[in-house]
Amino acid sequence: MFPLSSTMELTQAASLGLALVIGLGFGFFLEKAGFGSTRKLAAVFYFYDMAVVKVMFTAIVTTMVGIFLLSSAGALDLAELYIEPSNYPAAIIGGIVFGVGFIVGGYCPGTSLTAAATGRIDGWVFIAGIFIASYAYAELLSGFDTWLASSANPDVTLPSLTGIPMGWFVLLFIGFLALAGWGMSLAEKKFAGLRP
Amino acid sequence: MSSITASGTPAGTAARRVPAPYWNPYLAGFGLGLVLLAAYLLAGRGLGATGAFSSVAAWIANLISPEHAQASAVHARYLESGSPATAWLVWLLIGSFIGAAVSGFLAGRTSLTIERGPRITDNQRLVLALAGGIIAGLGAKIARGCTSGQALTGAAVLNAGSLVFMGAVFVAGYAVAWLFARKEWL
Repeated sequence: MFPLSSTMELTQAASLGLALVIGLGFGFFLEKAGFGSTRKLAAVFYFYDMAVVKVMFTAIVTTMVGIFLLSSAGALDLAELYIEPSNYPAAIIGGIVFGVGFIVGGYCPGTSLTAAATGRIDGWVFIAGIFIASYAYAELLSGFDTWLASSANPDVTLPSLTGIPMGWFVLLFIGFLALAGWGMSLAEKKFAGLRP
Repeated sequence: MSSITASGTPAGTAARRVPAPYWNPYLAGFGLGLVLLAAYLLAGRGLGATGAFSSVAAWIANLISPEHAQASAVHARYLESGSPATAWLVWLLIGSFIGAAVSGFLAGRTSLTIERGPRITDNQRLVLALAGGIIAGLGAKIARGCTSGQALTGAAVLNAGSLVFMGAVFVAGYAVAWLFARKEWL
C-alpha cells in the first residue's frame, strides 16, 4: 500500500504539489519549534536551552516508530523507500565541515530558510553562503565528489549491518530519547547561567 | 531595522506585540516527525533542504554555458533531473518557506532584524553568517545532505551513514563552540 509513490502513478503536477504541501508542514513545525532563531539553535552548543535537540530526537523517534509499525503490519514496503547510500568518509569529513559552519553561521540550511521567512537578515545571508558553496563545489570539486562517491555503500542501515531486527533499535531509540530528555533537563539547569 | 539583543526581543520596539512562545519541543518534534513520516509514506523519500540550492546552481551554470555545466559531474547530476521548476526538492523548499512565514507571522515573530549574540556587532554577525553558510554548504555537499536530508531523514530509517554524519556534526559543533565561538554567542 505505502509508499503511495510506488503503488500509483503520480503526475508531475501531483508529485510537485505533494512536495509543496509536505514542505508547508515542514516549515510550519520548524518555525513553531523555534528553529528560525539563531540564538536558540546556538544555545544547544552551550547546553542552556536544548529544545532544538529535543525536537530533533522526538521527530526521529516518531517517524521511526511509524515506519516500524506500518512495515510490521505489512502496510509499508521498506524496500521501496529511498535511502541515501552510506559513505563513511564523506559523512565524517562532510559532518565535521558542516558542524563548523553550523556554529559559525548559527544555522543549518533548513533553519536558515525558516529564519529568512520570518525576516532575519542573517538568515538570508547564510542562504547566500550555501548558494555560493553549492556553485563553487560543483565548479571546483567535482573530481573530489566523483572520488568520494566511489566509496558509497547502498542501503546500509543498522538492522542490515548488524542483523538485529529493526524493532530492537526502535526500543533502543525510545529509551535513549527518554534518558536524553532527562539528561538535557539537568544540563539546562546546570548551564542556565550561560544564557546571555 | 532593529537588532535582537540579550533579552531576546527586538530592541526599541515596545509597541510591537509580544511574540507567542515556541511550542513545547516534544510536541513540535512529534509534529515534525509526522511530516517526515508523511513524506516517506506518500513520496517514498524523506525531507531535504540543500539539494534545491544545487539544482538552481546547476540551472544557472547551464544558462551561462551548457558545455561548461556538463563538464562538472555535480552540475550534470542535477541537470539530468530537469529544470529547478520541476524539481521535487525545490518545491519542498518553497513550501517550507511559506509554512515558516505563515507560522512566524501568526505568532508575531516576523520582523526585519539581524539576530546575534550580545557581544558582537551586526556587521560581524553578517560576515559570520556568510562564512558559516559557505562552510556548512560545503559540508552538506561533501556529505550529500544536511541536518534535514541526512541527520533527520536518515536517522529515522537507521541509515548508518546518516548517524555517522550526525555524530560528526555534533563533535565539530561542540568543539568549535567551546574553543572559538563563545564570544560570538554568549
